[in-house]
Amino acid sequence: MSIWSWSYTFEVFPIIFDALWITLAATITAYVLAMVLGLVLAILRRSAFKPLTWIVIGLSEFIRATPPLVQLFFVFYVLPFYGISLSPFVAGTLALGVHYSTYCAEIYRSGIDSVPRGQWEAATSLNFSSTQKWRKIILPQAIPPIIPMLGNYLISMFKDTPILSAITVVETLQAAKIAGSASFRYLEPFTIVGVLFLLLSYPSALLIKKLEVKLNRRSLGKKDKKLKEKGVAA
Amino acid sequence: MLAVRTEEFIGKNAVETANPLVAYKKVSKAFGEVKVIRDLDFNVSPGEKVAIIGPSGSGKTTLIRLLMTLEEPTSGVIEINGEPLWHKEVKGKLVKADEKHLHKMRGQIGMVFQQFNLFPHMTVLRNCTEAPVNVLGMSRKEAEERAKAMLAKVGLENKLDSYPAQLSGGQQQRVAIARALVMRPKVMLFDEPTSALDPELVGEVLDVIREIAEEGEMAMILVTHEMEFAKDVADRIVFTDGGKIVEQGDPKEIFENPKSERLQSFLKRMRS
Amino acid sequence: MINTYIEMVPALLNGAKITIEVLVLSLIFTYIIAFIAGLGKLSKFRAIRVVCTIYIEIFRGTSLLVQLFWIYFVLPFFGIEFSALTAGVIAMSLCYGAYASEVVRGAILSIPKGQTEAAIALNMTPFQRMMKIIIPQAFKIMLPGFGNLSIELMKGTSLVSLITLGDLTYQSLTLRNTNVAHTTEIFVALLVIYFIIALPLIVLARWLERRASLGRV
Ligand SMILES: Nc1ncnc2c1ncn2[C@@H]1O[C@H](COP(=O)(O)OP(=O)(O)OP(=O)(O)O)[C@@H](O)[C@H]1O
Ligand SMILES: [Mg+2]
Repeated sequence: MSIWSWSYTFEVFPIIFDALWITLAATITAYVLAMVLGLVLAILRRSAFKPLTWIVIGLSEFIRATPPLVQLFFVFYVLPFYGISLSPFVAGTLALGVHYSTYCAEIYRSGIDSVPRGQWEAATSLNFSSTQKWRKIILPQAIPPIIPMLGNYLISMFKDTPILSAITVVETLQAAKIAGSASFRYLEPFTIVGVLFLLLSYPSALLIKKLEVKLNRRSLGKKDKKLKEKGVAA
Repeated sequence: MLAVRTEEFIGKNAVETANPLVAYKKVSKAFGEVKVIRDLDFNVSPGEKVAIIGPSGSGKTTLIRLLMTLEEPTSGVIEINGEPLWHKEVKGKLVKADEKHLHKMRGQIGMVFQQFNLFPHMTVLRNCTEAPVNVLGMSRKEAEERAKAMLAKVGLENKLDSYPAQLSGGQQQRVAIARALVMRPKVMLFDEPTSALDPELVGEVLDVIREIAEEGEMAMILVTHEMEFAKDVADRIVFTDGGKIVEQGDPKEIFENPKSERLQSFLKRMRS
Repeated sequence: MINTYIEMVPALLNGAKITIEVLVLSLIFTYIIAFIAGLGKLSKFRAIRVVCTIYIEIFRGTSLLVQLFWIYFVLPFFGIEFSALTAGVIAMSLCYGAYASEVVRGAILSIPKGQTEAAIALNMTPFQRMMKIIIPQAFKIMLPGFGNLSIELMKGTSLVSLITLGDLTYQSLTLRNTNVAHTTEIFVALLVIYFIIALPLIVLARWLERRASLGRV
């Protein structure tokens, strides 16, 4: 392929590769925020105080239904009018984290809902406080089965970080764009970005799938065992 | 006509005590439109063993879940040692109690569930120590000692490190009993503790309950379909139907000389 | 304040037209691609399976924005030049088509084997089996997934503003440049308009989800 220039590739690769750290840092920061805020949303949603539940549901639906790119602009351009000026990186991770927290909340909710009611009742009968119930009884059962799903969102968020380039965060795509516009060659820089994303996200997705199968097998195994016990007994 | 007769039996048989441990006063519970417990009066004395029998859907489970604070009464008052469970007295008036009050009151009650409800992510020992450590504020060492003693009592001292999924149903229910005992409640509630078990595992659980009953100090309210066992262990049998206590009294009297028609036909059905 | 909103209307209306155009075109092509790639991955011909798998994994493994930039900025190097609108629709369709193809495949695989066997027993051709027996049943299973993907796609359309296509987001950014003092109004309006566009999709998706979970598929 004569169109592809290897010398140019070697020239821009280090620049783009360096920016990968920004991509990864943004992913992880936003992910931690999404996980923590998502859990808070999921717990608030179960609040006995109904107005709070409705506010959480309404707000989550709104955030989930509008583009993260626009939310990014909102955080970056609107908040300064109210005395909150954030660096592009902070604004970007904040917007991305909040957006995905509404997805994480749904995952947590499915995990929490799958803990049998009897567990809550047993915890009440032993007089655990509300916080202790969540920490010691419910969450330790609710979270392990949803780890693969939460992992999938990590990959999704990773792939969404290029939108941070829209508010001048120099992550991989923005680094490639800058390099490309300097030399009027976009082929190599953008291809490198694509390949980097693929190289990181594809194996991660495989890994998560493996974990999912393993978890499934474990819970199926447990059921099998119980069935067997019943069968032997009957 | 039946209603009048029913009242009569209760009047005659009711156990009158000056200081009941548990007292239901005109308690009602409705789920939506459906009235499940109707104007119920019911006392339990300290240390007394009461067995509740009655047809399916008659409100037995609801009756004890009200005491465990798992269901809130629609009206009426439940008292433990004279103190309202679901209410607090503020300036001479009863108002709905807050979580803090419920927490204080729950310390006197324990419960064993039909479906065991062990915590699947904890070992047997941990199931029995988690609440003493976190709720009673015991040291882990002290809690473990107490838990081991209780597990020995139910015959499971060699299963300390097993997980619930590795135990048979009968063993799980025995752990659940030990877990509740560790909290040293004044009254222990059992909701059909053997009806989720395979028939050959029922005996081991009943034996454990019998042993606890014979020790005597703790009051027990036992919902059960095991008539022979109820007759054996209970000081008093309570027969419920349609959300009311239809007849109650001495086990021998209840089984050998039932007065109400409904109890007679219920016992006939149970025997056949 | 009311005036500010009224002045914004023409520009936003224009933007909304473009956004909806991109949305509708992309939705159509997404689901066409979804069926082609989803069925292709189940083909008995290895070559077709391999091609479909490579397509699906590449487009699911990279970012929509990277794909968009690649199609808009890189393809001209090969002499393939698209308008921003075409590039946007192509990128969106290829990206979401890859995700949707997995929904198609999953639904088809979830149909019990007995259905295929019954169709064979009735001496149907493989094509008939797929079209008359499997897909009609699988389609109902796909619908909730399609509903949710359509919402995602709607949100994705905002990215075309970054290749200078005059959609809602682009128009708002332009408005903001000339009315910085009204930044808040502009972006609040923008979020609300997106929500209004999403609303019918959300209602549809939730309805499909509920229907599926009730087992009335
Ligand atoms: N959470 C609830 N919501 C609505 N109805 C309920 C609820 N819990 C119980 N009920 C109804 O209340 C009635 C009494 O139920 P309860 O479980 O107390 O009966 P029970 O005497 O324990 O019956 P069983 O012998 O079958 O356990 C039943 O008709 C039941 O359907
Ligand atoms: Mg019951």
